[in-house]
Amino acid sequence: MTTKTQTILLDPLIDKNPITFQILGICSALAVTTKLAPALIMALAVTFVLSVSNVSISIIRNHIPNSIRIIVQMTIIASLVIIVDQFLKAYAFELSKQLTVFIGLIITNCIVMGRAEAFAMHNPPVASFVDGIGHAMGYSLILIIVAVVRELLGSGTLLDYTILPLVKDGGWYEPNGLMLLAPGAFFIIGLLIWAIRTWKPEQVEKTEYQIPKQNRSEVM
Amino acid sequence: MTESSSTHKGLLALPNDDTRKIIFVATVLCLVCSILVSTSAILLRPLQENNAQNARQLEILKVVGLQFSGEEVDSYFSQHIQSKIVDLDSGEYREDIDEATFDERKAAREQSTSIELQTNQDIARIKRRANFVRVYLIADSQGEVEKIVLPIHGYGLWSTLYGFLALNTDDGTIAGLTFYEQAETAGLGAEVSNPKWLAQFIGKQALDIQGMPRISVNKGPVNPNDIEANYLVDGISGATLTSNGVTNLMHFWLGELGFGPYLVKLRENNN
Repeated sequence: MTTKTQTILLDPLIDKNPITFQILGICSALAVTTKLAPALIMALAVTFVLSVSNVSISIIRNHIPNSIRIIVQMTIIASLVIIVDQFLKAYAFELSKQLTVFIGLIITNCIVMGRAEAFAMHNPPVASFVDGIGHAMGYSLILIIVAVVRELLGSGTLLDYTILPLVKDGGWYEPNGLMLLAPGAFFIIGLLIWAIRTWKPEQVEKTEYQIPKQNRSEVM
Repeated sequence: MTESSSTHKGLLALPNDDTRKIIFVATVLCLVCSILVSTSAILLRPLQENNAQNARQLEILKVVGLQFSGEEVDSYFSQHIQSKIVDLDSGEYREDIDEATFDERKAAREQSTSIELQTNQDIARIKRRANFVRVYLIADSQGEVEKIVLPIHGYGLWSTLYGFLALNTDDGTIAGLTFYEQAETAGLGAEVSNPKWLAQFIGKQALDIQGMPRISVNKGPVNPNDIEANYLVDGISGATLTSNGVTNLMHFWLGELGFGPYLVKLRENNN
């Protein structure tokens, strides 16, 4: 593997992670992470859509008229998402019921269109494929971390196997209801961003606006 | 042939912002995408319909407390379970409606096969109610109908809850309740589909002595010494609105506009 491919593939894992660095795709990261199983399926679905859309857009990139390029990208992404949804309904019926609208909402996931616009439009198919896989892995990594924490602390299980026996089933663990609600995911993602930026301070954005210091006498 | 291929090449060679090229790219893209989408939809439809039917059959078996897998489901279904269409207004069976092709959700949408509910009638917040509904009759080993399974639905906090209610035909107690489709808050309202919570309904009286719907979800745990205890189940903590939704939809479907007339007919036949 050349260093360039390696950078394209591995950069999005931590250094340019779509969720924690670029702050994209937060909506689905909140919605599908109450349990690990739907998060894994979502990760697979996004991996498929992102890599295939990147490749297809890259193949036709020299023929996409600039004036309709966004709608061309959307059409390709939307078609792929419908195909994924159909497959899930046929082969993973139970999980597709749990994921409900969120598979359909991959269409609006900023990561997918962001990569099409920022990378696939200017790079050859193989590099675009690697870029798609890399970003999907970065997204999946965060999704899995968040889902593990939420399912473990919120329901005491992992992939529905009991890890922490709950008080209501005669065990000792009182589940944390916050983890099952969307704010729970916000806290975990926030803590992750804090941890990563402490480890890699170069990710911290420059302050855009300094709150001016005010003296008490000025306010009066 | 040569001409068409040369226009083809000609179109691709045009500058990207030429109007003809824009229309050409858009048309080809739409064609390719629509072929892919429709092929996958058509090829996978039989599998999907099979899944949906299996899921429904399993749900009906679950509500009466039976567990099967794979092929046993179909064979049990054909031997013990009969589905019939009920006219909700009269409470009679309608043999003239083809049971195999009847679609309840479609019937509830169409003007001719449903009624619009007034605000004061619509306690389950379903807006329209179908005139005909499919019920399932579960026979015991002697072939006598011992349980009936009624489809019910109503609004919770965020979503419409769809489920089945099973009643014992001899004493009218609840034989089971399930919700197979809901999108309530995970961990709170979504507990309505938790089998442990649903199991509390088993053995409770659905109707009072006058035949009025009485079963309710309590706010908080039920005191077993309460004279009402036979009509109450524990509320779900943190999900009062979903719990109220369950009470309301049970009252609607067991009431006058729901299966009330049908249940009266059933009792008359039994006596």
